[in-house]
Amino acid sequence: MKKDSLAYRVFDLYYDGFRNMKLGRTLWAIILIKLFIIFVVLKLFFFPNFLKQHAEGDESGYVANELVERAQ
Amino acid sequence: MTNLLLNIDAGTIDWSRAQFALTAIYHWLFVPLTLGLAVIMGIAETCYYRTGKQFWKTTAKFWQKLFGVNFAMGVATGIILEFEFGTNWSNYSWFVGDIFGAPLAVEGIVAFFMESTFVAVMFFGWNKVSRGFHLASTWLTGLGATISAWWILVANAWMQSPVGCEFNPDTMRNEMVSFAEVALSPFAVSKFCHTVTSAWIIGGIFVVAVSSWYLLKKRDTKMAVESIKIGALVGLVASVLAAATGHKAAQDVGEAQPMKLAAMEALYNGGIDQGLTAIAWVNPFCQPDYENLEEAPLKIEMPNALSFMATNDIHGYVPGVNDILNGYTTPDGRVEPSVDEKIERGKMAITALAEYRKAKAEGASEETLNSHLSILNDNMKYFGYGYVKDKADVVPFIPVNFWCFRIMVGLGCIFILFFGVICLLAFKIPLISVITRRLLAALGLLPETEADGYDITRLPAWHYWTAIVLVPLAYIASESGWLVAEFGRQPWTIQDMLPTWAAVSDLHSGSVITTFMLFLVLFTTMLAVEISILLKQIAKGPDASLNNK
Repeated sequence: MKKDSLAYRVFDLYYDGFRNMKLGRTLWAIILIKLFIIFVVLKLFFFPNFLKQHAEGDESGYVANELVERAQ
Repeated sequence: MTNLLLNIDAGTIDWSRAQFALTAIYHWLFVPLTLGLAVIMGIAETCYYRTGKQFWKTTAKFWQKLFGVNFAMGVATGIILEFEFGTNWSNYSWFVGDIFGAPLAVEGIVAFFMESTFVAVMFFGWNKVSRGFHLASTWLTGLGATISAWWILVANAWMQSPVGCEFNPDTMRNEMVSFAEVALSPFAVSKFCHTVTSAWIIGGIFVVAVSSWYLLKKRDTKMAVESIKIGALVGLVASVLAAATGHKAAQDVGEAQPMKLAAMEALYNGGIDQGLTAIAWVNPFCQPDYENLEEAPLKIEMPNALSFMATNDIHGYVPGVNDILNGYTTPDGRVEPSVDEKIERGKMAITALAEYRKAKAEGASEETLNSHLSILNDNMKYFGYGYVKDKADVVPFIPVNFWCFRIMVGLGCIFILFFGVICLLAFKIPLISVITRRLLAALGLLPETEADGYDITRLPAWHYWTAIVLVPLAYIASESGWLVAEFGRQPWTIQDMLPTWAAVSDLHSGSVITTFMLFLVLFTTMLAVEISILLKQIAKGPDASLNNK
């Protein structure tokens, strides 16, 4: 890759930037831990898609029943 | 709650609401500082671009560093709200359909591409891209965050004032008929302007406070003084704009959510020529007896100001809680039905929906289907009232609205005064600044010796402490604004269309309590980590080798 090409300069921006991070390393570690907790722990184990689990493919029918019955 | 139906666990609604509130409140601790600091660092870097002085580069980099800490802590905290929609609020989530999906999808794409691209250039691009491109990236980082806020606020505004949609009884979803109407609804526009300007206030106060701490410690004085000027100017402009946009927001609330406005004002019986309550006694812990009280006790009001705030006319009509419950006619002849009538019409809508779906499943004629549809469409506006058993359920908890509104407005006025004084002192505007300094000296708020040969770096310590103390107060004001917006619209998840007890999933409260506690620990830890990193970075200060150059 030529050093004056746009692709190299973009690559260099990120590569050099990440390599020379100081405070950024701590912040990225925090971001990654947080994303792991949010998307793996919370999403998988604590926040299932309620309708997918209960509606058996007929979400509109399930919600319609819920909304009609709750008004009785 | 006495109106809970079927086998829905009473605790599920309250805990789901509490969990959503907790997540939103924590999320909002990070967002306003991001939006506010974006403006400050943009201005500092613009100064560097224009002057080429190393001092401004150091200053811009310092505020960008604090922006980065806050940005990293806040990123993705809002995503949890979307998880909660799918789990705790599944009926609501399905019912809002594409309306909510579109703005949130746009927000996600914009946030990811715009912010992640330009944030990288802003942090990694010093000495690698031109000064102009770097400056543009810094401003575009802030613009990206602000555009993200726009789409989130569009989604929130739609819940408060649902427009540009049609309910489809086959899919049980609200479908967007006009993207422009949703994206540019007056409610969304005023909410965005008010929210973003309030975020700039927090940015301004934060910068003035951090700079004041440096002056208190007698270090990094040049950066502190110049930053105070930027922070105070941004803060002053923002707080005046927040007041102006708040006026427009109040009018929108008066139109779309009159009950919220009545609760904010503890206005039990309305009418024309209504005064704005400066202060009154509303017990913070229990719902007032609005049915039997003429007005809140010990009320001191500004004559006709509420009418002006709500209608732009000092003689304008503003309904009170009892007017809304019992129905009213405005002076121009518009008749608003009573809540009892709305309940009847809501029940008609729900019955028509049930019969339509049943008839459709049985293969009924087009004529039969249309007759059900016609009833549904005629009464859809009041669909949510069909779930209300007691009309008192549509009255939000008045004390929270009343006091939070006063905290927000009261602190907002203090911020205008604070920034105004700081600007006059810091910029040394001829004549006005001299008069201000003499006035402050006469009031004993400035040493006599400083009245003429005044220097902002040599003030008594309490001046700087005042700025520092205002940081938590700015957050309290900002969160109070959200409490007014969200408590005030109770019990509606979607105004007049879906109350909380119809929107919530049929979950056991135990699981919601578990995740509530989990969030409490997670968010509190994150906040503690952020504050700790921020304080360390502030203590470290800008690049030491470049101080005071």
